[in-house]
Amino acid sequence: MSDLKTSPNLQDPDGFYAELLAAHEGLTKAESDALNARLILLLANQIGEREKLSKALAAARDITPQGGAKS
Amino acid sequence: MSRIFERPLYPYERSPDQDAKAPVRHPVVVVGAGPVGLALAVDLALKDVPVLVLDDNDKVSHGSRAICFSKRTLEILDRLGCGQPLVEKGVTWNKGKVFFDERQVYEFNLLPEAGHRRPAFINLQQYHFEVGLLERLRELQAEGKPVEIRGRNRVTHVEKDASGARLTIETPDGPYDLEADWLIACDGAKSPVRSILGLDFHGRVFEDNFLIADVIMEAEFPTERWFWFDPPFNRGQSALLHKQPDGVWRIDLQLGWDIDREKEMREENVIPRLKAMLGEEAKFSLEWVSIYTFQCRRMERFAHGRVLFAGDSAHQVSPFGARGANSGIQDTDNLAWKLKLVLDGRAPESLIESYNRERVQAADENILNSTRSTDFITPKSEMSRIFRDAVLDLAESHAFARPLVNSGRLSVPAIHDASTLNTADALPGGPARTRPGAPAADAPSGNGWLLGKLGGGFTLLGVDAKVPEASEVKGVPLRGIALSAGEDASGALRERYLGTAKQAVYLLRPDQHVAGRWPSYDPSAIAAAIGTATGGTA
Repeated sequence: MSDLKTSPNLQDPDGFYAELLAAHEGLTKAESDALNARLILLLANQIGEREKLSKALAAARDITPQGGAKS
Repeated sequence: MSRIFERPLYPYERSPDQDAKAPVRHPVVVVGAGPVGLALAVDLALKDVPVLVLDDNDKVSHGSRAICFSKRTLEILDRLGCGQPLVEKGVTWNKGKVFFDERQVYEFNLLPEAGHRRPAFINLQQYHFEVGLLERLRELQAEGKPVEIRGRNRVTHVEKDASGARLTIETPDGPYDLEADWLIACDGAKSPVRSILGLDFHGRVFEDNFLIADVIMEAEFPTERWFWFDPPFNRGQSALLHKQPDGVWRIDLQLGWDIDREKEMREENVIPRLKAMLGEEAKFSLEWVSIYTFQCRRMERFAHGRVLFAGDSAHQVSPFGARGANSGIQDTDNLAWKLKLVLDGRAPESLIESYNRERVQAADENILNSTRSTDFITPKSEMSRIFRDAVLDLAESHAFARPLVNSGRLSVPAIHDASTLNTADALPGGPARTRPGAPAADAPSGNGWLLGKLGGGFTLLGVDAKVPEASEVKGVPLRGIALSAGEDASGALRERYLGTAKQAVYLLRPDQHVAGRWPSYDPSAIAAAIGTATGGTA
């Protein structure tokens, strides 16, 4: 089964986070939105598994704006 | 000289039915002489089922209508005996290009596989398509087949009951009544029969307008489908260019929702739009201009007692994907043999319910594909546009994004996996593409083609397996064809029918869909499968 990894899996989390922000530096909102969209598509292709992607979409949607997962 | 669509091809003639004391009863009455009604009439006539076609007009259709006819439609026309002249008349294409802004981002070949008689698509004006079918109908009439077409016979009233329907028909000589055992409404998206009976037609309206122009010009564009997202000549919108025979080009320009339709239709506004696309110096004349908005919807059921719906009267899709006329022709392919068996008393009337189920499944598939294409072409929100543009930007340099580009998922036939007419797959290692429910795949065979050998009845196809040449099961004739995979040097027959199996026996329905398959000929399994495929209790 393709379970979505939600436990820590990122190598060098601080470094990745900094790189993510750096990639957006100097971009307009529209350019940033476009970059995010391209990034999502690239990562989705990397994952490939349809079921895993559905779980990731559900997990992203299930976070309320105040924080914390919906019960 | 008048154009073909200006000439009455089936002018009104008074029928003896109009002078009969009591309404004359016909086994099958087809309403509408468009591509769907004509294909059904030809199919039934070939099967010696008496069929009467009524049309409110007396000419083939004019104007921007269906132009892309799919491989499966051409294969059906081959079975009907009129594929070749239409393919010769049509423009054959397999290749499509997608442009974004000023760049080409994607190119596709719809039929990258050899070993099929017919191409992925031909482009042909709908009026030529209808003329081809009409000529075939006249040919069959001359051979004494029981088919008749009555022009300027407009159905104004329908009453249905358990045994069929009673119709009132308006003619230049006034009205008359007819009765039908089976009434097939092939009368288009605005189906008068559907309205008269007060039947539903639900779905989704797309808030967009498209300018459709058929222009006559000498141009050097290649024979390909060209699709533009956000081109310089139609900013923020899409455009489509297609070649048709006789130097006619189909141009399709998205206009958006808030427009003045009447103003946009005026030649003084259309010409500059076309020049922006084709170049200032382009010389062309307009054959037809229209503006349309579309819907994706279907009737809940295509069978209402003995009144059946086929083609646009039953289901409507967006034009992206060429799934309108092509699915209508497949409706008739599915229906004709079932009507024949029921009328001959060889199958229970409940077989017609499988027409409803199988073609509703196909319509849902078409509507799903067509809706997804439309959502890609016309993003409905800011975020959907951001993703759409991201896909197009990535597609140019990254192959992975190309399958996401959706400028129309072009028509392919439905595979009826869940059909009650199927017998469970009994061929270990058999290829998925020819599993029960799938249409038979073409392959080279001798000097010809496999599909050309199948004919119009039930067929037993043996591949490296013996099958009897002719047999009969419960009054249903069964023709056998034995082929050897070794005879086809290309290997296509093996790949498409054996997979990893050593030998195979296929039972094919009259519409060439696979009803069942086994490793060898087993008369009792075949008899049971024919019972199942003709609507008997499984």
